[in-house]
Amino acid sequence: MNWLSLAFSQIVNGLQAGSVYALVALGYSMVYGIILLLNFAHGDLIMVGAYTAFYAMTAFHLHPVVSVALAILISTALGVLVEKIAYTPLRSAPRLSLLITAIGISFLLENGAQLIFGADTKSMDPFVRGVLTLGNATVSYAALITILVSVIAMVGLTLMVKKTKLGKAMRAVSEDMGAAQLMGISLNKTISFTFAVGSALAGIGSVLYLCAYPQASPTMGSMLGLKAFVAAVLGGIGSIPGAMLGGFSIGLLEALVSAGGLSEWKDGVVFAVLIVVLLVKPAGILGKKIPEKL
Amino acid sequence: MALLQADHINVFYGAIHAVQDVSFHVEAREIVTLIGANGAGKSTVLKTISGLLHAKSGRIVFHGKELKGVPAHSVVAGGIAQVPEGRRIFLRMTVEENLEMGAYTQPRASLSAAMQEIFQRFPRLEERRNQVAGTLSGGEQQMLAMGRALMSRPTLLMLDEPSMGLAPLLVEQIFDIIRELHQGGTTILLVEQNSQAALSVADRGYVLENGRIVASGTRSDLLASDAIKKAYLGA
Ligand SMILES: Nc1ncnc2c1ncn2[C@@H]1O[C@H](COP(=O)(O)OP(=O)(O)O)[C@@H](O)[C@H]1O
Ligand SMILES: [Mg+2]
Repeated sequence: MNWLSLAFSQIVNGLQAGSVYALVALGYSMVYGIILLLNFAHGDLIMVGAYTAFYAMTAFHLHPVVSVALAILISTALGVLVEKIAYTPLRSAPRLSLLITAIGISFLLENGAQLIFGADTKSMDPFVRGVLTLGNATVSYAALITILVSVIAMVGLTLMVKKTKLGKAMRAVSEDMGAAQLMGISLNKTISFTFAVGSALAGIGSVLYLCAYPQASPTMGSMLGLKAFVAAVLGGIGSIPGAMLGGFSIGLLEALVSAGGLSEWKDGVVFAVLIVVLLVKPAGILGKKIPEKL
Repeated sequence: MALLQADHINVFYGAIHAVQDVSFHVEAREIVTLIGANGAGKSTVLKTISGLLHAKSGRIVFHGKELKGVPAHSVVAGGIAQVPEGRRIFLRMTVEENLEMGAYTQPRASLSAAMQEIFQRFPRLEERRNQVAGTLSGGEQQMLAMGRALMSRPTLLMLDEPSMGLAPLLVEQIFDIIRELHQGGTTILLVEQNSQAALSVADRGYVLENGRIVASGTRSDLLASDAIKKAYLGA
């Protein structure tokens, strides 16, 4: 392999991982944008989505498409349920209480999964196989599907937020909750909708992750979630294009570090980036000034 | 029966008793003003009517229906719109999107007609319809805040210090518009610190001081009252 096709395959790897980070980062960012919560339980939705797809395919022998739909559905429902049960009652509580609750929910989900599914990693056969050959470079179908699906999801999300009534309501609520209510916008509905969309994206992220690594474990969501969180902060938390940019940047950065032969340093580099961003540009690349309202 | 009736309302922020036993009413097609110094409790009264805050006791009746337990987002649909203090327009959204948000409770089909009406009243907004609201001048922002509230075609329009931070010429313009709206049949509840300006348009007024109503009457009553002159009109 010449260096060009090596570079190409690293870029594809980076975009593939970046797609998943971006989808998950979007959920962090949208939720932060609307209720100023760093929803640390968000990453664990990926784990729940992965287990759902895993058991749907291995234990119930459902068609992969049905299993994927089920995984997205379950993570969406769980995301909204957590919001309703754990976050809604704290709407006017200090943000710190909310943050601590989110961390608690994250532990609950991880330990709950361990109790139900066991602590070991469950592996299955890959359900997306094959590679596409382009000249002397190859791209796996898994990578292709991942990049394509996440780009479609992101375009869809952008259009939804820009053009639809609910999308505009989301932007209004995230800018000024009080004023939004004066317009007749229901906070409960809009916030639940935001959680639903963010969680659905995490669900999509979980099955795309399974395409690359067909396995599930109770803590799989925590590192992935943490990196997606770094992506959201890097792009500017609260900003939708920022989350996408941040996700792809982290994915590409990891690929670059791996290509340099330092793959054990991947995680370290990601968190070093977080520290540098927080020092140099705390609002992130596309971030707005952190709102001081509420 | 009055269009809006507040009976003995008490509103608290934690231990702070911000509105104390306040009663007032607004008849249909009236302009009524609540005047008082900063911190008197004026905004708290408006937020309570809008459902953003809840009275601990007392009741508010609009159109014969008690507003207790009605969530803020349903109050608008019932015909009450508020132009909040400091405008609170959506700075990151365009002028047109802000107006759309104002019509959130209205049927989609009536949107463009309502927007045309607003543009007729505020031609500046039409020129800037695709501009992000944060780039508007203070006067334009106030017009947008008023236009946005009018998009829900309210029976009762509540304005919280619309003159705040505006140059005298703009204040005059805003008050001209309030007069026009009133002539068009809208009932108005106007909150102001600028009592001079407020009393120039109002039919009646109430004076709030430390959360209590300390005086009330017709415009001429209030303008003639010595106490009011001293305390609020700077005479
Ligand atoms: N969010 C709040 N928390 C605690 N106290 C408040 C809050 N908002 C207003 N207050 C207090 O309530 C009183 C009335 O405030 P407000 O209704 O805003 O007055 P006005 O609009 O007449 O200036 C003031 O003493 C103010 O400090
Ligand atoms: Mg006020």
